[in-house]
Amino acid sequence: MGDLNGPDKVSRIEFLRQGLSRLASVALGLVGGLAAFGSRRENTVWQIDPAKCVKCEHCSTDCVVAPSAVKCVQSYPICGYCRYCFGYFHPHYDELTSAAENQLCPTDAIERVFVEDPYWEYNIEMDKCIGCAKCVKACEDFGNASFYLQVNHEICVNCNNCSIAMQCPSDAWDRVPYDEPYRLKHEPRQVAELSFESPGKK
Amino acid sequence: MVISYKFLDQRFIKLLFGLLILGLMPVVQAEDVMRFPAPEFDSNYTFPETWDLMDGRGNTIIQDTTPRDGQAPLPTSQTQQWIDVGVLTLALSLGAWLAVKRRSRRGLFWLMIFSLGYFGFYKEGCVCPIGSIQNVALSIFNSSYAAPITVVIFFVLPLAFALFFGRVFCASVCALGAIQDLVIWKPIQLPRKLTIALSMIPYVYIGGAILLAATNTGFIICRYDPFIGFFRLNGNAPYLYLGAGFLLAGMFIARPYCRFFCPYGVLLGLMSRFARWHLAITPTECVDCRLCEASCPFDYINKPNTGLEREERATGVRRLASLFLLLPLLVVLGGWVGHEMAPVMARYNNTVFLAEQITAEKADPTMKASLETTTFRSMGIAEEQLMAEATKIRSQMNMGGWLLGGFLGLVFSLKLINTSLIRDQKDYEVDKPHCFSCGRCCSYCPSDEMHMPNFKPGSKALEEALALGKPSEPEPETVSAMQKGKA
Repeated sequence: MGDLNGPDKVSRIEFLRQGLSRLASVALGLVGGLAAFGSRRENTVWQIDPAKCVKCEHCSTDCVVAPSAVKCVQSYPICGYCRYCFGYFHPHYDELTSAAENQLCPTDAIERVFVEDPYWEYNIEMDKCIGCAKCVKACEDFGNASFYLQVNHEICVNCNNCSIAMQCPSDAWDRVPYDEPYRLKHEPRQVAELSFESPGKK
Repeated sequence: MVISYKFLDQRFIKLLFGLLILGLMPVVQAEDVMRFPAPEFDSNYTFPETWDLMDGRGNTIIQDTTPRDGQAPLPTSQTQQWIDVGVLTLALSLGAWLAVKRRSRRGLFWLMIFSLGYFGFYKEGCVCPIGSIQNVALSIFNSSYAAPITVVIFFVLPLAFALFFGRVFCASVCALGAIQDLVIWKPIQLPRKLTIALSMIPYVYIGGAILLAATNTGFIICRYDPFIGFFRLNGNAPYLYLGAGFLLAGMFIARPYCRFFCPYGVLLGLMSRFARWHLAITPTECVDCRLCEASCPFDYINKPNTGLEREERATGVRRLASLFLLLPLLVVLGGWVGHEMAPVMARYNNTVFLAEQITAEKADPTMKASLETTTFRSMGIAEEQLMAEATKIRSQMNMGGWLLGGFLGLVFSLKLINTSLIRDQKDYEVDKPHCFSCGRCCSYCPSDEMHMPNFKPGSKALEEALALGKPSEPEPETVSAMQKGKA
């Protein structure tokens, strides 16, 4: 291959090949170094910001895991323990019982337990919950917003490209550090002083 | 009327809900306040032991209650990521040794099965070096994202190995390659023109993927990964059908994803063409016995061309000159096409798409507001901010479109030049940029002492090899018999 100009001289093609080979290693080192320089030691995982979530139900339909890795979480310190729970009962309920037609949850994933008059405890059964956020929406619209969505990392496979995050209309999904994998609501908040005005009086 | 909720019972709350339905709306409706007070229990009620009372590290958040053992489930441990890096390094080293030194198809096959199990079904395919291209691209071009160091290592390691030992990653470590390798049944040889045309796809794919990742639009390589559904044993129907389609086609067109789609293959090919210690068909000197000729199901063996009639030198020079003249034209043309395609690619970006929807809804008031626009309006972000963001992404896409198109034009014209150049090929050699180092051809070489038992008189391999050595083109049946013999 090529002309040899002397015993210890490499051919032109071989010289070119070596040069390109070095160029390839330099390019690889450069890209790798650049990426490594800007890299983080920790891995990241996906999580929902409950403050941004708009309860659009994409979480229940777009996850690659079935049922979704997104689950409703109950924050007991925030919960009002209402006898009439807006997240539990369907707006068109017949009576305050756990009969299916009275429940808002499509999968019977909320357990309603009597504590003492007039308080009831509401528990989410993770393996039944599909992350549809129906209860979350009702609880936030009418109640204390103690129900909220979180990614359960026991189920989440941490896809490189989260398929729910792609569809999220409110940018509520982002990568969080491995060390802080949840955005939990746990602080009991200030009790509201609500004022009600009839629209008719305006 | 101002109501303090402190002393209200649940009955009143129900009445209140009735009033709400009747159309009385709360005026003060803030996110950060509780509508109903926390109950004051008479019984010794304590909050249930659930993981939402703990943070991810197992620390109790609520300090004033009794200690609990419920804990939020942790993501896969950080150590696991480093174990994966270790397994990758070991698998690549073993693969390189088996391919270059041992020349053992059997060893590479079992390593491939292990990798399919570990990186495929156990790790469920994520993160893989193919997808890591996008993390690296996003990390370099977007300051808001930093790729984890383990992901960067996943990106660099197979390329570094390819630079020295060839594409050993493809043969025995990549789970996507492994699942396709297993289904090879009756590989056919595709027409050369078709393979050259198809081999442009990976360049389009990697260019597009980098552009879309760099603009934080999305990770298309992961999104359209055809096999991840199989690894997870779970997935959306369209992608599972896509994967099944690839596997079905893969029975006849060996490793179709690797050869005609894989974006990482482009980078591996750039590296492996310089590999100093690449897998070779023969350990000694090629005797041109033709026994290995049809052993590669991927058609990556360069055949000798010394006996062929050559064209006139002047014709060749003229063609080459015109191709070199065509090069800048193709680059500019490609750039222009890429620039024209930019608005289409930009629409793939959520921000741009949202901005376009908002504009469209403004122009046509009868249009039903979509979930995205409704959400955007409810969030109270200024429309100008969104429009400015969208304009920024559009201009990035425009720039990227020129670059991507120009790059593709350059690749295409280089491919044309490469195709028109006829190099002297004396022996049977692997096509270094493309060869997966699967080692199938090694056992067909009679010069290899290790594989000598294959060629004892009367052995099956020898009969097959002799059948292949006949002057006529080998029948597809014979090729398949060989494949069966190998697998």
